[in-house]
Amino acid sequence: MNKSVFLGALTVVGMAAGVASAATLDDVKSRGTLNCGVSTGLVGFAAPNTSGEWEGFDVDLCRAVAAAVLGDPTAVEFVPTTPKTRFTALSSGEVDMLARNTTWTFSRDNDLKLEFTGINYYDGQGFMVPTELGVSSAKDLDGATVCIQTGTTTELNLADYFRANNISYEPVPIETNAEAQQQYLAGACDVYTTDASGLAATRATFENPDDHVLLPEIISKEPLGPLVRHGDNEWGDVIRWTLNALISAEELGVTSANVGEIGESSNNPEIKRLLGTEGELGAMLGLDPNWAQQAITAGGNYGEIFEKNIGENTPIGLSRGLNAQWTDGGLLYSPPFR
Amino acid sequence: MTAMSDAPTQSFRLSMLLYDTRYRGYTIQFIVILFVVLAVGYLVSNLFANLAEQGVVLTYDFLEQPAGYDINQTLIEYNNQSSHLRASVVGALNTLLVAAMACVLATILGVFAGILRLSNNWLVAKLMAIYVEAFRNVPVLIWIIIINTVVTSVGSSPRVFLTRGGSVEPESSLFLGMFAFTNRGLYIPSIGLGSGWLVVLLAFVAGILGFFAWRSYVKKKLFQEGSLLPAWPAWAILFGPVILAMVLLPGALTILRPDVASNNFNIQDGVLLGRPLLALWLALSIYTGAFIAENVRAGILAISKGQTEAAAALGLRPGRIMNLVILPQALRVIIPPLISQYLNITKNSSLAIAVGYADITATLGGITLNQTGRAIECVLLLMLFYLTISLSISALMNVYNNSVRLKER
Ligand SMILES: N[C@@H](CCC(=O)N[C@@H](CS)C(=O)NCC(=O)O)C(=O)O
Repeated sequence: MNKSVFLGALTVVGMAAGVASAATLDDVKSRGTLNCGVSTGLVGFAAPNTSGEWEGFDVDLCRAVAAAVLGDPTAVEFVPTTPKTRFTALSSGEVDMLARNTTWTFSRDNDLKLEFTGINYYDGQGFMVPTELGVSSAKDLDGATVCIQTGTTTELNLADYFRANNISYEPVPIETNAEAQQQYLAGACDVYTTDASGLAATRATFENPDDHVLLPEIISKEPLGPLVRHGDNEWGDVIRWTLNALISAEELGVTSANVGEIGESSNNPEIKRLLGTEGELGAMLGLDPNWAQQAITAGGNYGEIFEKNIGENTPIGLSRGLNAQWTDGGLLYSPPFR
Repeated sequence: MTAMSDAPTQSFRLSMLLYDTRYRGYTIQFIVILFVVLAVGYLVSNLFANLAEQGVVLTYDFLEQPAGYDINQTLIEYNNQSSHLRASVVGALNTLLVAAMACVLATILGVFAGILRLSNNWLVAKLMAIYVEAFRNVPVLIWIIIINTVVTSVGSSPRVFLTRGGSVEPESSLFLGMFAFTNRGLYIPSIGLGSGWLVVLLAFVAGILGFFAWRSYVKKKLFQEGSLLPAWPAWAILFGPVILAMVLLPGALTILRPDVASNNFNIQDGVLLGRPLLALWLALSIYTGAFIAENVRAGILAISKGQTEAAAALGLRPGRIMNLVILPQALRVIIPPLISQYLNITKNSSLAIAVGYADITATLGGITLNQTGRAIECVLLLMLFYLTISLSISALMNVYNNSVRLKER
């Protein structure tokens, strides 16, 4: 038994290393589908809807990439991953990219040999507690039992924060968001902590969202973004520039409604280069000239994707905040298309 | 005659490796071993080649780095600045704790259920049969999850016991002022050590030693002189010294009740048998207990009925027949499979991860592996740990088995 586990581990590692060096772009093209690692279910970010189709902010990024590479936003195989399994899924080649609330950190980038290709949501870690507890600050949480997903940055931030404030807590380690939600509602823990966006999304699915409050403290920086395996720069560039295309499209006023004609009608050269009616940008990425047009058609520009899935008019109700365009005082700033 | 003595001197030919039944077995074994070695060698060299290509070197340096995460049940001093190594040790101790607790409870359950299943009382026998069949035939993971869910939904929040520094009237009060069953586990009082606790401990040990000394004295008397001494002095010797010490040193041991006043979220002090520990302990015990029950039953059935009848003819009561005649013989049949049940408990305790119990699979093989990305190193260490524990349990139980097995002269 032990021996077979050992051999199994060796084979997995052997295979993992084998896949990592292959050219993912060619693989995806010849396979005809994109394998996209998403979360196991976080409404607004990635969750199957009532008819079983995946929907959400992260899902739309996967679809945009599939549209840019394959011309078909539905050519995506969604692979649910937990915080613990996500990096193994990526480095073993089970998925081509991850788009699942993953924080860009130094050690993930360098030690785990992953490649972050941008930031699609600027977030921070928050706390949610039942209103009836009457807690108004995270500093009042001394002695509380805290639900926390294992294998996350939030697990480490939590430890740091409580130690820095010299208060104690009892961690309840949990694998998935769904399980955390269930434990929290059952009262097995007093507090649930994760990325503030995840908290808002989780709370929106509660029967009585108003019975729970998010505490004002944001205790960390959680830049969330898509990532790929280290060492395949061409593929990394495809993801990076698809995301940049969505962000630039919003900045330039290109929407899913006008993307079909604005490439011809506009006389802004950057719009023309972006949509491939001028220049050769698509070819430089190894894609069709209209790659960005396809990506934007899939689910709209960054702003449209945001509003549709997690924006103020959805139950999740997140405001743009840091995730506004730099021209509106936010942090979104795509390098130029030229 | 000449033909027979000629055969061995016949010169050895290569084809005999294949056609001669005396050598064919070796040939086949050799070929199989060759293949296994080649396959393992290929995998290992492939592993190292690929690791080298990725620029990854196997190193255990990360074990000295601060772990950075907290653990909810620690038998030794630990905080998030402690090293990954210490986190692994915390996990290892938690594994050993739950395994030991489950081995004890499973044995007790198994022996009772095994004996009672052979009872002449129809109802008792059938109930035990139902217990054995129900628990043996549902995976232990399911039992762990069931118990965990039951505790979560039946237990109340610890908040209903809290007085918030005496400012509110709690909804419930502690059972006997000492116990609280909540959805986070069972709070029990802990024992505080005051001055003189060492004396009490020594008195306790002395009581145990005295107890066994007295018993062997009784036995000697019985066998040599045939006189049966009464049983009560044994108990007096066992408990007398401790009770005396506790009366003389009233402050030595104090009962610390769970504290419901000082915190707004949880009961403090006392000992918390956390829900994950409870779920894992009970599930492993009743599951494995069902297997042990079958071993015990088989062991008892292996002793011929004539033994029971002979003992009964000598006038022994049923309880004594079981204790003095049947079980000592049955143990020889029971112990070998019992060893493998203990090994199963230890290995199955790695299912802890399903309920968030911080065993070594959850610390070293879970959070440490995840946060450092050192998968191969962590898995190798984990294997080493389980292998060592399993082999040690086997060795210990074999020693015991040798001491009870039939002495051949
Ligand atoms: N950003 C953190 C936390 C990521 C995380 O686990 N987020 C949760 C909630 S925001 C999630 O995606 N859960 C979905 C799941 O369990 O599949 C990290 O990268 O470590």
